Amino acid sequence: MVPLSAGLVLGGLLLSGRWWAVAPVGFEAEVKPLLNKHCLKCHGGVKESGGLNLMTRESALRPGDSGKPAIVPGNPAESEFVRRLRSHDPDERMPLGAPPLDETSVDLLTRWIAEGAAWERHWAYRPVQPVPVPGSDRLRSGGAWEQGIRNDIDRFIRAAWAGKDLAPAPAAAPGILLRRVSLDLTGLPAPEHLAKAYLADPTEAAYQRLVDSLLASPAYGEHWAALWLDLARYADSKGYEVDSRRHVWRYRDWVIRAWNRDMPYDEFLRWQMAGDLFAADLRLPHSEAEERYLATTFHRLTSTNDEGGSDNEEFRTAAVLDRVSTVWEGVLGTTLACAQCHGHPYDPFTHTDYYRAMAFFNNTRDEDTREDYPVLRHLSDSSLLRLDSLQAWMREIVSPAAAQQLRTFVRTWQPSLNSLRADHMEKADLYAQGYLGLRHGGSARLAAVDLSGHTELVYRFGAGKSGGTWRVRTDRPDGPLLFEQRIPATSFRWEIGTVSFPPSDGVHDLYFSFEHPGLAPADLGVQFDWLHFRAAFPAKADPQGQYWQAVFRSLVAEPTEATPVMFENPPSMFRPTHLFDRGNWMSPAGQVSPGLPDWLLPPGMEPVEDRAGFAAWLTHPENPLTARTMVNRLWGALFGKGLVFTMEDLGSQGVAPTHPELLDWLSWRFMQDHRWRIKPLLRDMVLSATYRQDAAATPEALAVDPYNDYYARASRIRLSAEQLRDQALALAGLLSPRPYGPPVMPPQPDGIWKTPYSGEQWKVSQGEDRYRRSVYTFWKRSAPYPAAMIFDAAAREVCTARRIRSNTPLQALVTLNDDVFFEAACHLARWMQAQDTDPVRQVSAGYRRATGLPPEPQVLQPLLQLREQALAGYVGESADPGDLVFLPPGQRTPETAALALVANALLNLDAVMVRN
Amino acid sequence: MKNDPSALLREAALETARWNTRRLFFRQIGIGLGSMALGQFLSGCQPSARTSAQSPLQPQPPHHRARARSVIYLHMAGAPPQLELFDYKPELAKLDGQACPPSLLEGKRFAFIRGTPRMLGPQARFAQHGQSGAWISDLLPGLAGVADEICFLKAVHTDQFNHAPAQLFMHTGSPRLGRPSLGSWVTYGLGTENENIPGFVVLTSGGNNPDGGKALWGSGFLPTVYQGVHCRSEGEPVLFLHDPKGVGRDLRQASIEAINQVNEQTFQTFRDPETLTRMAQYEMAFRMQVAVPEVMSLADEPDYIHRLYGTEPGKTSFANNVLLARKLVEKGVRFVQLYDWGWDMHGVSDDTSLANGLSTKCRQIDRPVAALLQDLRQRGLLEETLVVWGGEFGRTPMQENRLGLDQAFTGRDHHPDAFTIWMAGAGVAAGTTYGETDAIGYTPVSGKTSVHDVHATILHLLGFDHERLTYPFQGRDFRLTDVQGELVRPVLA
Repeated sequence: MVPLSAGLVLGGLLLSGRWWAVAPVGFEAEVKPLLNKHCLKCHGGVKESGGLNLMTRESALRPGDSGKPAIVPGNPAESEFVRRLRSHDPDERMPLGAPPLDETSVDLLTRWIAEGAAWERHWAYRPVQPVPVPGSDRLRSGGAWEQGIRNDIDRFIRAAWAGKDLAPAPAAAPGILLRRVSLDLTGLPAPEHLAKAYLADPTEAAYQRLVDSLLASPAYGEHWAALWLDLARYADSKGYEVDSRRHVWRYRDWVIRAWNRDMPYDEFLRWQMAGDLFAADLRLPHSEAEERYLATTFHRLTSTNDEGGSDNEEFRTAAVLDRVSTVWEGVLGTTLACAQCHGHPYDPFTHTDYYRAMAFFNNTRDEDTREDYPVLRHLSDSSLLRLDSLQAWMREIVSPAAAQQLRTFVRTWQPSLNSLRADHMEKADLYAQGYLGLRHGGSARLAAVDLSGHTELVYRFGAGKSGGTWRVRTDRPDGPLLFEQRIPATSFRWEIGTVSFPPSDGVHDLYFSFEHPGLAPADLGVQFDWLHFRAAFPAKADPQGQYWQAVFRSLVAEPTEATPVMFENPPSMFRPTHLFDRGNWMSPAGQVSPGLPDWLLPPGMEPVEDRAGFAAWLTHPENPLTARTMVNRLWGALFGKGLVFTMEDLGSQGVAPTHPELLDWLSWRFMQDHRWRIKPLLRDMVLSATYRQDAAATPEALAVDPYNDYYARASRIRLSAEQLRDQALALAGLLSPRPYGPPVMPPQPDGIWKTPYSGEQWKVSQGEDRYRRSVYTFWKRSAPYPAAMIFDAAAREVCTARRIRSNTPLQALVTLNDDVFFEAACHLARWMQAQDTDPVRQVSAGYRRATGLPPEPQVLQPLLQLREQALAGYVGESADPGDLVFLPPGQRTPETAALALVANALLNLDAVMVRN
Repeated sequence: MKNDPSALLREAALETARWNTRRLFFRQIGIGLGSMALGQFLSGCQPSARTSAQSPLQPQPPHHRARARSVIYLHMAGAPPQLELFDYKPELAKLDGQACPPSLLEGKRFAFIRGTPRMLGPQARFAQHGQSGAWISDLLPGLAGVADEICFLKAVHTDQFNHAPAQLFMHTGSPRLGRPSLGSWVTYGLGTENENIPGFVVLTSGGNNPDGGKALWGSGFLPTVYQGVHCRSEGEPVLFLHDPKGVGRDLRQASIEAINQVNEQTFQTFRDPETLTRMAQYEMAFRMQVAVPEVMSLADEPDYIHRLYGTEPGKTSFANNVLLARKLVEKGVRFVQLYDWGWDMHGVSDDTSLANGLSTKCRQIDRPVAALLQDLRQRGLLEETLVVWGGEFGRTPMQENRLGLDQAFTGRDHHPDAFTIWMAGAGVAAGTTYGETDAIGYTPVSGKTSVHDVHATILHLLGFDHERLTYPFQGRDFRLTDVQGELVRPVLA
């Protein structure tokens, strides 16, 4: 049977006469798609049916369960793989239980084996190489294709037109281009002074000036932050049942500032991945250290669960898994999450690779605590000055290391043990799912505490009545007494306590007990938050030492705002990482160390063993994914879709790039020429002729390229939720330019926030906070701002690499009826009225302001007719202009009201909701 | 509307056909029905999906003949105690007050029970009802009267024991945030039959939204068009539905006409099919503004219906929501999801006690739920409407002893291992019980049914093979039942 069928194969191929005539088979373009589609489901990362795994060449050449190698390079006749594809026995023929592959595909696979069965690394996993710009030989020489080229991007775009009947669209009208580039770069219509300057003199030089002004505008960072905050799943609340407020807006501001000052992307990533590891340096000014910490809030934006009775370890684990998915999907364009339960079905990532990637993020101090520890404490400026003096004293009298530890502790209250890790609780419990609380006669254990070098404990506690005694013994419930401490009353407010104890080297279990005979059995006596073991404060005996100790205590106890950040466990608190069998955290298997698949490491790179190393790898110029993923995302933001359509997946299951050379050329330029700076890269893109084309599609162009894959015209893009609201406020003259700060609450319908166990309420912001840019709107995960959700904003529960733009009737209801949009319409109407006394010119001015173009008569006519109808209504009985509450009381006239209806219509025009 | 849209709509259909070609080109992998879904309304954004000519919500054929056309899902948020309602355990009464044997506690995680709790006998009287002899407690006398319509699943289990994750699991197939809800999957798969009303409607009562928040009816990674629309009994029934004050219907009509006339010019210039879709959506929004308040109003219902359901017009109540649910499915809404908050009977206070709190909640739901089954039956709608009732997990046969202390009120802790849900209507084996728990209702002994199994069964009744209703995300084809789920055949008629 075997020789016969193999003979048939070869015979068929020879007879077909194509054996030598055709180009070698391409693995990536031709073979891998067939394997993905027909084979890997059963013979890949998830299953290895019959012992066969076709993921890599190495695994495919191993003999399967049958003992026969599936693939013998250069010898299809000996390859079981080919025999099974050709077999007529339904029990043998592959793919099993599915229709056989067609003749062409089988021929192709056979030829590929005959040619040596080369496995090629998927394009996205190969380092970015310099790419030559297509010369004029690749453009149609002397033809229209060379005309109007502005930069090299155009050469790549037009080189791809070879063989296609395509010609560049004319350049967009200056008014259109102005609106487009301004909305794209700043999320807002152009400010009047820039618009005037450009429209008065729409030359190349003026366009470049316009672009530079927009890139320099503070509005730039406020617009682009949204893209990053979607990836970072930024929200102002924690998620799940209680969904209480989380104070992380300083991170959001850090992102906006970073974009505005064009922080290089590698630095931007480095601080977010591992800023905490670079922040503990006495020489750093507080502001810089603070920035490095704040950047790591990126990893603390995961949903956490404060629900009563929830398992803190379960949600801590979920948060760490989410870090892995977020970094790999958002920053690396790779669906590593697939490997959480088993090997990746289509890309060469193993189950172990996933958990080694997880180990980078698993050894941090966060434990799903209520207070979101670890945090960065935002001390006042005067306190920071006192801290500087304190650390200088400490440095001198003890050591720089001791000064560093002290500074770190004052800023972060770390490293500390969270009391929620207590066990063996009797007459004691984890109150509010987070704090060890003891009742009279209660006891609990804190396992494995390293006491080496420590003789002092600083702890955060609260108690109801004074008079309780807290004892801590080592090793056994009745072991040696370490210390005994009277607990004062604090009305259960959190306070900081300190206690000294004799030296006791090594790791010990600590047994807590609490006595307070005056309490009823159910009364909570004392509760603990965190416990920090340290060396005794020096020079306690002399007055200077006492002074500095008092400073230290007041700094530690100072009430501050705080932002959750990353903090690596010290060695004594090391948390191992285990594989989870089938992805289930309740089934830990073997322990793993942090690391990356060898094949992804640039040659000669240091071993990658911690988050700092991970950050170095992430931003290494030979990392094949980081630059491509970001460049693709930026392209997508300007051109409506990525060069790789699936921005979240550059892997083999993603869509292949439409312009692979351009993607690599831009990625190389991003890293090498622009040194990871984003503004010059965006500038390259918006200065291209490709970007500046008109968006109108002729029937001919539609026939050749219906989806604009070849960019022979501009794409039309529906504005994002943020852009729509901000644009409306800007057109109305209402938009507040005030940047930064705590989130604000613009009007939203009543009754959106009805979260159980939460007293928090949506209180509409007063004054200009009502009109702030949408990036500052409070984002509550369990009840997000509804108008934004209807316009496809990301829920920010998990990393969102690509928003989907839908088009629904509920959206029409928002822009027609939402107070925010109707208020904007009323103010736009007043602006229109202020331009001219003639209604025709008022309407024209409004249209031009909203769309960037003067209205054609056939556009003006329906708007004027609407004004007439509305005016008749408001003059007559059917409508009352006095009802338009967003107009100032003195201006609720029929004329203004009628114009408000026109303005309302303007804000709903396709040409206004879309950027042309 | 003055401008006749039909020519434009034909053009849109043509555009869509081209678009579909494109979708298939994008990703030639087998994704079942998913490969036909979605379409032109996504601005060149999604690699695959179901498509329709005019609207992503247009009715779509399922995989096989559907038994159910619509679903009404009644979720009692907080988790009702099965041992007081349906899972009758006389043995447990004998153990009442005794210390819980350690064997029941080993390896178990509890939300609030600490140390050794005591067993707690049933806190209600049970009797058998109907031809089927179903055990139903005296807390639900109305439901007892329609026992023969119901199929009980008494051995359902989940792997979550906190409200938010368990509710998410029950409604999205995953305890974590970020997945599409059951109703989203169903509308994605089937579209809706009344384009003037949202296809997936959510109604809430009990004073709070459910613990899992709006993610329970979110669309996750599916396009937002498939998310549930939370219809409210206070304020606007659908957000932003009402015209602003001072803008009447005639002016709204005039403005939509003007908008669409200008948009038509825009289309003539740019030939962007999205513009055509937007025009159609504005017209639909206008119709929705009339249709939704009509269907959301109880005013036109006759008195006997109000008496039957125990509705209180003008208030927010579960009874009102149940009657609305009937009206909505009558109008062709695909999926109506009710959440009633306040079932978390821990016994930490009188209103969370099995004595008073539970009987109050039961009084609120008993009459309307029974009325719903009778009313649907009477209208011939029960044959095509699937009614599901349940919570997110069960409750322990032990008295809760929060902090290891005795409590003043009777209450039970969260219990994921065994609880009861029931189904009635389209394609369900009426008057039967599937699954059984041990003598104290702690552990399934037969007919063990997972949340994924429940989902597979609901999808089956709607005409879907749960393994083939998929959507590509993060590199693989996701489905509601993830990699699990078995159809529970004994539940089918």
